[in-house]
Amino acid sequence: MEKKDWIRYILVFLITLTLFLSSAWLSSFMNTKKIRDIRNIQDKISIDIMSSETQFQLLQEFTCKDVSASSLSGELNSLAEKIAYSEENMSKTEEVKDLKKYYSLLQIKDYLLMQKIKDQCNMPVTPIFYFYTTSENCSNCVKEAAVLNKLRAEYPELRVYSFDYNLDLSALKTLLRTFKVEDTKLPALYMNDKLYTGFLDENNIKEVLPELEEYARIRKEAKAASSTSTTTSTTSSTSRK
Amino acid sequence: MQAFLEIVVYIVSFFSLYVQIYFLIVFLENRKKITIHREPLRLFEKNEDYPAVTIVVPAYNEGESVAITTESLLKLNYPKDKLFLILVNDGSKDNTWEVMQRYKDHPQIKIFNKPNGGKFSAQNLALENTQTPFLGCLDSDSTVHPEALNRIMTYFLEDPRIMAVAPTIVSSKEENLLQKAQKTEYEMQIYVKKMMSLVNAIHVTPGPFSIFRREVFDKIGKYKHAHTTEDIEIALRMQKHHMKIENAPDSYVYTNTPKTVKSLYKQRKRWIYGFIQNALDYRGLFFRKKYGNIAFINLPISFILLSSVLFLVISILRSVYEFIKTQSLTISAIGINWETYRPKLELDPFFFNTSALMFISIFLWLLVFFSLYMSQKMLYGKTKINLNILWFFLTYTLLAPFWVIKAMFNALRNYEASWTKEIDSR
Repeated sequence: MEKKDWIRYILVFLITLTLFLSSAWLSSFMNTKKIRDIRNIQDKISIDIMSSETQFQLLQEFTCKDVSASSLSGELNSLAEKIAYSEENMSKTEEVKDLKKYYSLLQIKDYLLMQKIKDQCNMPVTPIFYFYTTSENCSNCVKEAAVLNKLRAEYPELRVYSFDYNLDLSALKTLLRTFKVEDTKLPALYMNDKLYTGFLDENNIKEVLPELEEYARIRKEAKAASSTSTTTSTTSSTSRK
Repeated sequence: MQAFLEIVVYIVSFFSLYVQIYFLIVFLENRKKITIHREPLRLFEKNEDYPAVTIVVPAYNEGESVAITTESLLKLNYPKDKLFLILVNDGSKDNTWEVMQRYKDHPQIKIFNKPNGGKFSAQNLALENTQTPFLGCLDSDSTVHPEALNRIMTYFLEDPRIMAVAPTIVSSKEENLLQKAQKTEYEMQIYVKKMMSLVNAIHVTPGPFSIFRREVFDKIGKYKHAHTTEDIEIALRMQKHHMKIENAPDSYVYTNTPKTVKSLYKQRKRWIYGFIQNALDYRGLFFRKKYGNIAFINLPISFILLSSVLFLVISILRSVYEFIKTQSLTISAIGINWETYRPKLELDPFFFNTSALMFISIFLWLLVFFSLYMSQKMLYGKTKINLNILWFFLTYTLLAPFWVIKAMFNALRNYEASWTKEIDSR
């Protein structure tokens, strides 16, 4: 073997290594950016919630119109998807864990605020607390999450607050103590002031929350009414011609 | 387990990337040295200056295709009194011998009938019956381009150290998707083989139309029974004796590719099994400086990539298992909900895969496409972009693990499949 053969091996090794390291760097750069994105969204939600709370405290009373749009948006849900994705696909576990804690706190705050708004403005809102675990292979948790996702899509009035049981967060610990959630009985759902453990299917949940059907009925009626009113207005405009 | 698999996947991708970049560097160093002839050649002014060449056609149950192969050899642009053919019937049970009878009085052709003994025995019989300075072989399922021999001979005439020249094998016709996939595979090999030859690291002188100097056999002996892949054994033996093997990217041999998955599976299993066994027989070549690049790049990397298939399969099966498990749990919980499968109109870049492995794969794919591009440029003078590459990646990712794993398993068990058995089952 000649010298140039060795030089070629070393050169190729260096190029390969460079490509490898740049891939790792690029991946880390993009993932950091993603985490920053999540944090930005969380910050935005946090500001929204805080501003609503402050408004509440200042005026003791609420213009119901203003608030319903901002904090009731689905932003929390899309955030949950992103955090779950990051948890599965990124190696920056510590940072993702922090995001998860932040997210859990936001959910609790959202719930507290929502309770106030519900009382004040008579909003149709039904909360469900969902506790799952990631520390063991929980196939019932996968099933329960699918059921809740489906219900959430069907009933916008349903607000699902999901919590990883194993997350080290004092506010969450308090919540777990209050609801008496045990790690041996996961998944667990807390709804209508009662804790349900093990897998509950769609019908089980609907039985516990009969108001969901009621909300859906009202929604349908309202929609029908609005579509009739648009038809009448178009007819009246044509008749005016 | 998960972490272990991940590390293996990274190591495998490192070596895959290494090989592709190695080829690229070799290409950039030598791109001026690659000659492609597209016009008919005239090697000497006078016919008598041409060196004499013998081509052996061993046949076992090949019937009419022996005649097709022979006719294509007779059409080679080479002086008639310098080109000789030896047709050997290796104990066929069909009409192969009758077909050969047609040529018994042909001035350029000798025919032999012998009891079945395998391809290597047919080649050796021919070796004993010719004295020409150059020798070659053409399997009776292949045909040659009229210029194939001339183009190969240019290498011998240029450099007396070159002891053998391998041709470029392309698919003769494609009737189904499987054959279209193989066509692309053969095309890709053109670049790979040329790069290997430029660093003198060729490990196979293919049965169809590799041409040898006679002194190769005088010095290192005849063909041996070698795990039904004698063309790998002879090349490795030549490498062991520091004999130079070249590759002629413009010397085309057209071969019939297997039509069915089953026959492709059998063929590949035999090739890979033969490669593993022969490489193990010649394990003394590995990592020895005196054997040059074949000791460092070709043999070890082939071994690493073959064994990597096993790990890739495990890791793919794992993700498939996870996917099926999640899906079946979801379906058991809420039934089949088409909403979840509908692709979202808004693509959120957040969900794009940004793992390091993703970027490495992109580099790897770019290099693989480059090799196909260069191969097609050598073959057609331009690139022909078509769907074949898609079929290639689809069928080979689906099927290759089966034959690779089976071949490795057989190599472990030292199981032997005879050449004749494989021909029987075609």
